[in-house]
Amino acid sequence: MIEAVKQAINSFSSPVTIFSASLAMFALFVLFPRQITSPWCTVPILLLVLAFFAVGLTDEHFVKIVTAPDNVPIVAMIFIAGYFTWYAMRKACLNDARLERGEPTFEKTETDEKVLVFPYLIYIEFVVALVYAIGLVLWSILLKAPLEEPANPTVAPNPSKAPWYFLGLQEMLVYFDPWIAGVLFPTLIIIGLCAIPYIDRDPQPAGFYCYKQRRPMVIVFLFGYWILWILLILVGTFLRGPNWNFFGPFEVWDVHKVVPLVNVNLSDFIFIKGLGWGLPKQWFLREAPGILLCLLYFMVPTTVAAKTWLKKLVEKLGPVRYSVLMILLLSMLALPIKMYLRWAFNLKYIVAIPEFFFNI
Amino acid sequence: MFPNVLFEPPTSFKAGFPSDYEIGTVDMRWKDKFGVFIIRSAEGLYALSNVCTHLGCTVNWLGGENKFKCPCHGSGYYKNGINFEGPTPRPLERFAVSLAEDGQILIDKSKKYQQEKGQWNDPNSFLNV
Ligand code: FES
Repeated sequence: MIEAVKQAINSFSSPVTIFSASLAMFALFVLFPRQITSPWCTVPILLLVLAFFAVGLTDEHFVKIVTAPDNVPIVAMIFIAGYFTWYAMRKACLNDARLERGEPTFEKTETDEKVLVFPYLIYIEFVVALVYAIGLVLWSILLKAPLEEPANPTVAPNPSKAPWYFLGLQEMLVYFDPWIAGVLFPTLIIIGLCAIPYIDRDPQPAGFYCYKQRRPMVIVFLFGYWILWILLILVGTFLRGPNWNFFGPFEVWDVHKVVPLVNVNLSDFIFIKGLGWGLPKQWFLREAPGILLCLLYFMVPTTVAAKTWLKKLVEKLGPVRYSVLMILLLSMLALPIKMYLRWAFNLKYIVAIPEFFFNI
Repeated sequence: MFPNVLFEPPTSFKAGFPSDYEIGTVDMRWKDKFGVFIIRSAEGLYALSNVCTHLGCTVNWLGGENKFKCPCHGSGYYKNGINFEGPTPRPLERFAVSLAEDGQILIDKSKKYQQEKGQWNDPNSFLNV
């Protein structure tokens, strides 16, 4: 019985199904947050996750990966990040309900006055820092650091994994050129996070948990955080094995697993398969369709939305902040789009100029 | 008194006689020391770098699957170094090979030949043996 369940989970797992299923769950969560964060829903979900781990712990291979000292923080992360997301969303939904009934928010009932950062906030932070420091000491005593033999430049462990907090980036590198996944996207993430207070300057729904009044911001943030960061880390840690092949959670990491991953560039699709001309010699002719596509990708949605359903937003933000917002949003969406293109068409690069190492 | 210097192996080395290499095999004997695969095919002999052209991990030769495979993001290359799977944008690089006066193969790692730049047609990038 358990074996059958494990088998089923293994054969269901693939990068596409895992990613799509997570997207579906994410959609459910942001569509019905009130129902999902209610105890009637939360407790069964929690039990389900625990049951999954309980079943998993009967599996030798699963145990080996989940309890590896470098993977322990990631298991913890599932629960910690899940808890905080649940907590914020639950409070937000309760506050929304209160506001609907015309009652003051929780935060208002606590105190109506503004309090000072020092000592109120600093004090709490200090206590938390202490707890964390103790936790880290205990952790480092209990779990030994997974040191390996001295590094040897000619031998790479298989699979070679980055530290856990970088595994999302490493997973991204499967779909992108190093410049994009390793430099451009991380920079954009940091710039984007810094830009939030400048783009979203609405003072109205500030200072208390709420969802209704700031649904787009919450959804965008949770999407970036859960789907594009945490999910990629989980996949990179638990589901990528030797040769960076994808393995189901209960599948043994077989070095000789063969997965067909042949990839084709957009220019091959257009000039060889589509037009039958063969690739043009000059790179700018060869890559013109891809470059055009990328430009259109950024320009068309931005201008069309500005003229239609985002008209109000443009008025409120002004052209500069609006464009920055759209560029950030579209780059964020580019990641899942590229992943799906890879899965659906084996598309390697939309623009591929190996002549001077520029690939999108 | 002296700086901590790491003495790396020289960039050019003699790799024995062409007849030491069997046709059709990927030879590992210089991989650990110099990071070079020597491959002798019916057309000639060439020296492939073992550095993945995606982000620089070291690729492994999987004999059973007849391909080079990178453990970092899964790029794969054929025996001749051409990339065919995974994210890597270009083939593995080849090093200059020539015959020394004593008839041994001389490999010069300071000269690289990249297929996407059309350099694999260069007579120094392979050995006609
Ligand atoms: S470094 Fe080899 S696939 Fe990325």
